[in-house]
Amino acid sequence: MTPPAQTVEPSGSPVVSYLDSPARAGSRFTRWLGSATLAGIAAVAALGLLTVPADDVQGDAVRIIFVHVPSALGAYTAFGLTAAGSVMWLWRRSAWWDTTAHAGAEVGVLLCGLTLVTGMLWGRPTWGAYWEWGDVRLVTTLILFLVMVGYLSVRALGGDPAAVATRAAVVGLVGGVNIPIVNRSVNWWANRTLHQQSSLTEGKLEDLTLFTLFLALVVAALAIWWMMVHRFRIGWLERQLQARDLETALAARRAEAGR
Amino acid sequence: MSAWRAMRTFAGDAGLVAAKDLRIEWRARTTLGQVLPFALLVLVLFGFALDANRPALRLATPGLLWMTVLFVTVVAAQRSVALESADGARRVLLLSGMAPAAAFAGKAAAVAVQLLAVEALVVPGAVLLYGAAIESVPLVAAACVAATVGLSAAGSLLGAVVAGVRAHQTVLPILLLPVSAPVLIAATRAFADGLGTVAVGGWSWVGLLAGFAAVNVAVGAVAYGPLLEDA
Repeated sequence: MTPPAQTVEPSGSPVVSYLDSPARAGSRFTRWLGSATLAGIAAVAALGLLTVPADDVQGDAVRIIFVHVPSALGAYTAFGLTAAGSVMWLWRRSAWWDTTAHAGAEVGVLLCGLTLVTGMLWGRPTWGAYWEWGDVRLVTTLILFLVMVGYLSVRALGGDPAAVATRAAVVGLVGGVNIPIVNRSVNWWANRTLHQQSSLTEGKLEDLTLFTLFLALVVAALAIWWMMVHRFRIGWLERQLQARDLETALAARRAEAGR
Repeated sequence: MSAWRAMRTFAGDAGLVAAKDLRIEWRARTTLGQVLPFALLVLVLFGFALDANRPALRLATPGLLWMTVLFVTVVAAQRSVALESADGARRVLLLSGMAPAAAFAGKAAAVAVQLLAVEALVVPGAVLLYGAAIESVPLVAAACVAATVGLSAAGSLLGAVVAGVRAHQTVLPILLLPVSAPVLIAATRAFADGLGTVAVGGWSWVGLLAGFAAVNVAVGAVAYGPLLEDA
């Protein structure tokens, strides 16, 4: 008797035929994007560490802004995509949006962790403490980080893709609607905020510092784009692979029954 | 007229689910025999943790009390999910034809009743053990009700998220506790005012608790259906 694996394998058809494009996570475009990102990171590092003058008040600590602000904005954007993707999955059953939500959560958790670490490193010389309970944005961002870690742990539970997507979407939705309440409650509770008012809008930054910050924002946008594209494609391929496994298993059972 | 009838059907269905859950709980005596002793135990352990320092305990009473309630919420939500996980009860709930929102309301109401029962014991318990005193009964009662509705809604919904999953006992706390942060903050502040430890605007905190409750009840009503169907 022929083993089922041989009888069901569609002879000669390459694996790629089962997969909707893309067949791999990288492409010529993402290689260009990745190269541009790397060059941009080098430029921001050179400008931020060597050329930009130290701040009158904050000293060298001001240089953290080039990592902290872009990663914070990036994290909020990525989580925004997760929230949108969650709603779209529940509303439209869109696999595209579900994969985007997952990618956004992973990229967002990475950036959110970076935001928290850089915020704490900045807080030590500036506030005199790594952690400050009175700071609303800091506390809210930590809660957001924990909610999204929970989201990823739900994603990691495994099982039927549709079930995982729905579970994760509900967590994304619950997190999305509760974060403003968390912010409000921490705001009232702390009743004050230590956080820097936006240095950008108050025009407190030197010209070169401002330029470097904008460059850092652009580079961060490119980096996030690159990460999102890759994570999305990996997620999409995972989906296709799961569907293929099921197809193969079904064909194997049918082949057995036909004998 | 038809809207009135729909509302009655909704309330009737929710009542059926809540009554079923409470009946099962009553027969199994889980709340009475396990959850209540657990809550009291946590109160006693907090006493040990703070070295039985009476002024510190009195000052920390609101926070300790709501930490206890939060832990109990996790246990109660897990119990509530476990009821539907056995014997494919979720499928039956889905096939019963009732609106998923009504099933959600019933599940959440049953959890809320159990939480209120626990609070009715741990609030006087904390007052006695930690030497606190209730200065405003209406404020304390309103904070209890508003916080309980929000916690039971969030707990029932997130409990349904992890229903039928192997690791549900470890995942539910990770999901529920961060989202419950506003309840811990707001209920603690409202109680601080109600117990006279700190003079803060207790009623505005009750307002925030009501907002949390409204938002989570609404999300639960919308999201429970897809969860019942898929997960």
